[in-house]
Amino acid sequence: MGVRYFGASILRAEDKTLLTGQGNYVDDITRPGLLHAAFVRAEHAHALILGIDATLAQAVPGVVAIITNDNLPDVLKDKRMAQPYPSPVLKQGICCHILAANEVNYVGQTVAVVIAESRHLAEDAAALIAVNYQVLDAVIDCQVAYKEGAPLAHCSAPDNIVATLKAKFGDVDVAFANAAHVVSISDHHHRGGCHAMETRGVIAEDDPSCGEITLWSATQCPYLVRRLVAQHLDIPESSLRVIAPDVGGGFGPKASVYPEEVVVCIASRMLSRPIKWIEDRREHFTATQTQRDQFWNLEAAVDKIGKVLGVRGTIIHDNGAFVPYGLLLPMTTLGPLPGPYSIRNIDVTLEAVFTNTTPNSPVRGAGRPNAAYAMERVMQAVSRSLGLDPVEVRAINLVRKDAFPYETGALNRVGKPVVYDSGDYHGCLDKAVNLADYKNFVTRQDAARKDGRYLGIGVAACVEDTGIGPYEGATVRVDSSGKVMVETGAASQGQGHKTVIKQIAADALGVTFEDVRVQTGDTGRFAQGVGAIGSRIAVTVGSSVHLAATQVGTTALALASEVLDQPQEELELSDGAVRGKGDHNVFISLGDLATRLAPMAGGSVPLSFNASLEATSYATAKGQPYANGTNIAEVEVDIGTGEVRVLRYSVAHDCGNMINPMIVDGQIVGGVVHGIGNALFEEMIYDPSGQPLTTNYSEYLLPLSSEMPEVNIVHQETPSPLNELGIKGAGEGGAIPATAAVVAAIENALEPFGVVIERYPVSPERLCALIVAGENVV
Amino acid sequence: MSEKKSITIKVNGISHSLEVEPRMHLGDMLRLELNLTGTHLGCEHGVCGACTLIFNGEAVRSCLMLAVQADGAEITTIEGMALPDGTLHPLQLAFHEHHGLQCGFCTPGMIMSLVAYLQDNPSADEANIREALSGNICRCTGYQAIVKSALSAAEVMRGETG
Repeated sequence: MGVRYFGASILRAEDKTLLTGQGNYVDDITRPGLLHAAFVRAEHAHALILGIDATLAQAVPGVVAIITNDNLPDVLKDKRMAQPYPSPVLKQGICCHILAANEVNYVGQTVAVVIAESRHLAEDAAALIAVNYQVLDAVIDCQVAYKEGAPLAHCSAPDNIVATLKAKFGDVDVAFANAAHVVSISDHHHRGGCHAMETRGVIAEDDPSCGEITLWSATQCPYLVRRLVAQHLDIPESSLRVIAPDVGGGFGPKASVYPEEVVVCIASRMLSRPIKWIEDRREHFTATQTQRDQFWNLEAAVDKIGKVLGVRGTIIHDNGAFVPYGLLLPMTTLGPLPGPYSIRNIDVTLEAVFTNTTPNSPVRGAGRPNAAYAMERVMQAVSRSLGLDPVEVRAINLVRKDAFPYETGALNRVGKPVVYDSGDYHGCLDKAVNLADYKNFVTRQDAARKDGRYLGIGVAACVEDTGIGPYEGATVRVDSSGKVMVETGAASQGQGHKTVIKQIAADALGVTFEDVRVQTGDTGRFAQGVGAIGSRIAVTVGSSVHLAATQVGTTALALASEVLDQPQEELELSDGAVRGKGDHNVFISLGDLATRLAPMAGGSVPLSFNASLEATSYATAKGQPYANGTNIAEVEVDIGTGEVRVLRYSVAHDCGNMINPMIVDGQIVGGVVHGIGNALFEEMIYDPSGQPLTTNYSEYLLPLSSEMPEVNIVHQETPSPLNELGIKGAGEGGAIPATAAVVAAIENALEPFGVVIERYPVSPERLCALIVAGENVV
Repeated sequence: MSEKKSITIKVNGISHSLEVEPRMHLGDMLRLELNLTGTHLGCEHGVCGACTLIFNGEAVRSCLMLAVQADGAEITTIEGMALPDGTLHPLQLAFHEHHGLQCGFCTPGMIMSLVAYLQDNPSADEANIREALSGNICRCTGYQAIVKSALSAAEVMRGETG
């Protein structure tokens, strides 16, 4: 049967409830007897706790309990959270206590919790808890933290080094020996927080009658939450059901497991009452993990025509106060090198260090935007030093179409070669150049200059490794009504998973989009899963749904063949039934077939068939599909105020076969705007003592509709050979190159002043300082 | 805590008499007392716009107004936008047709801000709409599809299409 829904911009199945105020986010859920939690958080970046006095708080009417480390059940006292991603490279994988024991390591760390009859009362009481601190030296700047003799972020640690990682392949010394030119870059990256519009939130309800705790959490990874919370409580995973209901955006940090999730479970068990905690926005700034600073210093060996032969250098990576997410962020920083470029010799070392700031975890794209930014800075430096057009430099260095599958020379986390499965990187470059009308830009720039306006254009290319394993499974089941149920563990935070799952299942089974119902993100409904990170769901769940639904279809055909007494090859799935290919009036409905495999008392399942018309697949990938793209930003800089406006933004993107182009476009535009926010606005600032200075949305700026451009997109579809649907992930391909494109455009606009940008976000005051410095030189 | 005050308000056409604490803001009152959870609280300091609703015909942020200040007011929330038979408001329909929402958390505030704005400015162009929405933050969509939804709904609301 032909493909009907795949590839079409089907309107989303998720929308109706969300548009009418019927969504079901954690804070919308209530339970009988619900209590509310408010946390007391560390006021100092680094301090010892000398004592906690809760006398006044206990007297507040409506307060049910106040919990600190000291009055936790004995087995949970002084217990740190488990490391979710252990690694032999992890020198110090320190995780936090759920409630601080005797030391706090960043402002915002959980110290105590008040449980009360309402959130108002819990917050009233929390404000009355007096914590006596002995303030210690804090280390805030990761470059300082890396130095010997720096203040220690943790009193008991020998130094501030979390881990040292290397990306090393080829022979970089030979590359530099053969270089016609050597260029260098030095950059300070800062990516800020996730700032999902829904903050974090949880409800825990312990049901002693069945020995099960149900935990509703605004999480991206319900199965990781289940594992870590169960481990902390020392209960079987089967005794904890984690449900991710409607979740209002994730963007990375909601993929971590947090102390609050553990604390509310313990409190619910201690008090035999359901407990809700909803993060407020100030807490979100200090307690939800962020992606902080990286300092890059790279040198590139370049031949005489502008081909980069090798790259070497160092990165200092601010890990924040704890390691809640293993080394995934450092690994996704080094892993993508050298991006879309064919550079055969790499030697880059990353030092991950502790600071007394909010712990670090990936934000949309994880370390990939950093890696892409660094490679694009190298390309810009080559362009500048050799006087080559930036697009030409990219064209010289991009992996060529005939080189796929392309082994970069690097080894991945399990020691296998990194392989870019498929693509046409020059194709995307050409498409972006055309879409941006790059060739005529100089005319636009010259015309504007005559009016005293400074326009600039910047290009950035990227790859994106997507669909990381091990799997994300799905069960596809037809019941006696003939309707289809798809269950998967994958949780959604707005990406439209239900819609694309329905498209894939409906196609495989010959039913309508409306005939398929989808259940996601509930560990009580589906046995195993991982979560929505790293642009993996379309590839992993999509493949599982396709395989499981195809298998259900095959079973239906085989059973119909018996029932109808027709050869199977003369039957097909169509309009909710198995029908004769030649005569559609010879048919048996899927509902009838499902009933035959799920009979009631006294019935029997036909020989050689299994009970229930269903199949489960945990499709395992043959490798990671690599999406790619080129972005071109055109900006105007006001040299008086330092204001940057993005006038035009062009994206050429290749994520293989698109299941739903409308949804892909939505992902790209959202990602690009996130990347523009990183380039121009978003900065989580601490003072030297570790006090956060940007804890509301007038201090921390997010991109707004009034500042954002129209993003124009052109697609190229190079199917991935690694999965049957030929798909690649699309969740982060917008965010990865955008910052680099915007920064390159700003430099281009300010070429008359010789401005080279070495730090983002490019705030107006920083830009004005660079312009003034340039004017003085000029 | 301080003594509760009696208020009467009309929400989505239905009158309610309630006793509320003076410190409770309007958003919390709708969510906690009337179980109207479609109004979302994103920042509770008046910047993100997620909690926007229509208050006596104007768009206001329900996190910045106390429930007691709403005594005697008429309020429309996202739950009151579709017709009783379920027919969606042109803005709701346009958001669906143009993929103007992803996670949906900011969406009620976006729609309520636009309802008020388009009533006063039915012929708004793209730049006007981008300016009008500058007090509503969306982290998912990059705004483009929201602007497109608004322009399309404005046409329908003007009676030009649909």
